[in-house]
Amino acid sequence: MSTLTTSRRSVATARRVQRLREVWAEFAANRAGLIGLVLLGAVILLAFLAPVLAPEETLNVTRITSAQNEPPTWANPLGTDPAGRSILAMLVWGARISLLVGFAATAVSMLIGTVVGMAAGHFTGVTQGVLMRVIDFFLVVPSLVLAIVLSSVIGPGVATIVIAIGITSWAGTARLVRSQTLSVESRAYIERSWALGASDAHVIGKHVLPAVMPLVLANTTLTVGSAIIAESTLSFLGMGDPGQISWGSMLKAALDTGAATGGYWWFVLTPGIAIVLVVLCFTLVGRAFESVINPTLRGR
Amino acid sequence: MESTLSEPVIGGAVPAPAAPPGGAPAKDTDEPRRGGSWLRYIGAKAGGAAVSLVMVVLLGFFAFRILPGDPVRSLADGRQVTPEQMDILRRQYGLDQPLPAQFWRYLTDLFQGKLGDSYTYNRPVMELILDRIGPTLLLTGTAAALSVVLGLWLGQRAAWRRGSRFDKTQTGLALVFWSVPTFWLGLLMLLVFAGGLHWFPTGGMVTAGVQATGFEYAWDVARHMVLPVLTMVAVVYAQYLMVMRASLLEEMSADYLVTARAKGLREDEVRRKHAVPNALLPTVTLIFLTLGGLVGGAVTVETVFSWPGLGYLTFQALSAPDFPLLQGTFVVFSSIVIIMNFFADIVYRLLDPRLRAS
Repeated sequence: MSTLTTSRRSVATARRVQRLREVWAEFAANRAGLIGLVLLGAVILLAFLAPVLAPEETLNVTRITSAQNEPPTWANPLGTDPAGRSILAMLVWGARISLLVGFAATAVSMLIGTVVGMAAGHFTGVTQGVLMRVIDFFLVVPSLVLAIVLSSVIGPGVATIVIAIGITSWAGTARLVRSQTLSVESRAYIERSWALGASDAHVIGKHVLPAVMPLVLANTTLTVGSAIIAESTLSFLGMGDPGQISWGSMLKAALDTGAATGGYWWFVLTPGIAIVLVVLCFTLVGRAFESVINPTLRGR
Repeated sequence: MESTLSEPVIGGAVPAPAAPPGGAPAKDTDEPRRGGSWLRYIGAKAGGAAVSLVMVVLLGFFAFRILPGDPVRSLADGRQVTPEQMDILRRQYGLDQPLPAQFWRYLTDLFQGKLGDSYTYNRPVMELILDRIGPTLLLTGTAAALSVVLGLWLGQRAAWRRGSRFDKTQTGLALVFWSVPTFWLGLLMLLVFAGGLHWFPTGGMVTAGVQATGFEYAWDVARHMVLPVLTMVAVVYAQYLMVMRASLLEEMSADYLVTARAKGLREDEVRRKHAVPNALLPTVTLIFLTLGGLVGGAVTVETVFSWPGLGYLTFQALSAPDFPLLQGTFVVFSSIVIIMNFFADIVYRLLDPRLRAS
């Protein structure tokens, strides 16, 4: 008996490994996606190594030897900020917050979006009506203004930004998940499941969720990119933790100190380029992944 | 319905529920298509908009009351304030009343067009908003008109010569602008055109201390507008381009174009008189959908260029923080966007004869 189950399991495992290999092969065939993935890996590695690459005391304003607003030199390859800190070191530390918020906010957004979307697709009547109204509301309401309201009430901080982005960006996912849920539930095997006496929880957990997940995952990568832009925007408007460096807060400092009009180009250019690069990477990886998951998009 | 989520939800200028570059505008698949009369359609859409408006009004009140944080404490933050003074402040802003009484006052005020008093300006919020709404409409209106014209024109050209170098450069450029945070683009504009080249002023709407009138005043405002408008256009035109391109590509295989060519029309006429008008249909709806979002996207642009509009006012309210002001700008911004979306639904129905007939 036990040999039977193990062999059955090993067959299933082998099949999964096989499928993963296929997915990887399809993904690797997309060169833009691969480049994006490699670059992203490098950025994530740098962010992890921040304490080694740029020890925290290099950012301590009281122990700084460099001049303020120094243009790029050998000692400070990307110049210094208005407090004399190395911009390269700030960039590496900023990557931590930007990536962390990007991933965390996406997780919040995906969780809310998937749950609400599945519920809105699965249930009927009043529940569905109410959920649809709520989804529509969050789709329509200007996200930035709502995020500003939320974070001003909760108070500045990293968690605030994660919550604000998560709450204002889930509605698109919910709509997508809902339409997928509707199409899955109209299939015969769900009807069979109902006929065998399945509960709501069983149908959602065993049938709808697995069918919806690939779509959600493909979108996750794309959403991280926009969450990083959102993070930088909210930090730029002053909603981040004042004690922590992020790419958005660097740009806020650039605006506040007049770096743009004063001609300190190194302080304006670098954080922005970092944001655009990372977002572009996530977009490339996301699109490649999406075309693997959804073959109808291929060839675009 | 591909990659609907790839739009920058907050950072981009337009958080519209429409498709990002590369997709046709999202159609609401849930909407009953058959047998819906004109009146019933408007009724349903108006009902939806009304529910959203009610939710905005409720959220505008309860977000500031139920979530943690004492408004009076943050108002007195960093200053020496005695408990007596705190009480006076509470009474002044009606915060000593029980919640239902506060809510009733908020509702009755709202119906009289009042939004309370600002903490920082000591003026009615409604007055402040009315002062600032003009500059915002001027800025976003100009930017919207320019980006629509530019995006549609480039989009139809790119689609007509699909795969050409023009097509590839234009779509590539659009995608790059799409991934750029609006506020950073604004900073770059400041760096190059205001700080470096001194072609344009660095911020504001008029030169400080100059009492110009008539033509001189208009010229002054126009000079101040150039950079913010360029920033907004650069971020927004991309999606018009992509939607127009996708929409025209779909039309290009249609039979009626074969007919038009068989009639002996020149290629240029086939495009202008036959293909483009049909491709415009989904695009126009998208434009209306994004106009509302454009107003919301004004926050970052106005902040970078200290343009005295609603967006900058929101930023100032956030920095203070000034809760009544923030509540007011939230309610006004959201209402504008909801009403714009309602118009988008009506325009869509009006423009599509197939829907109008049913």
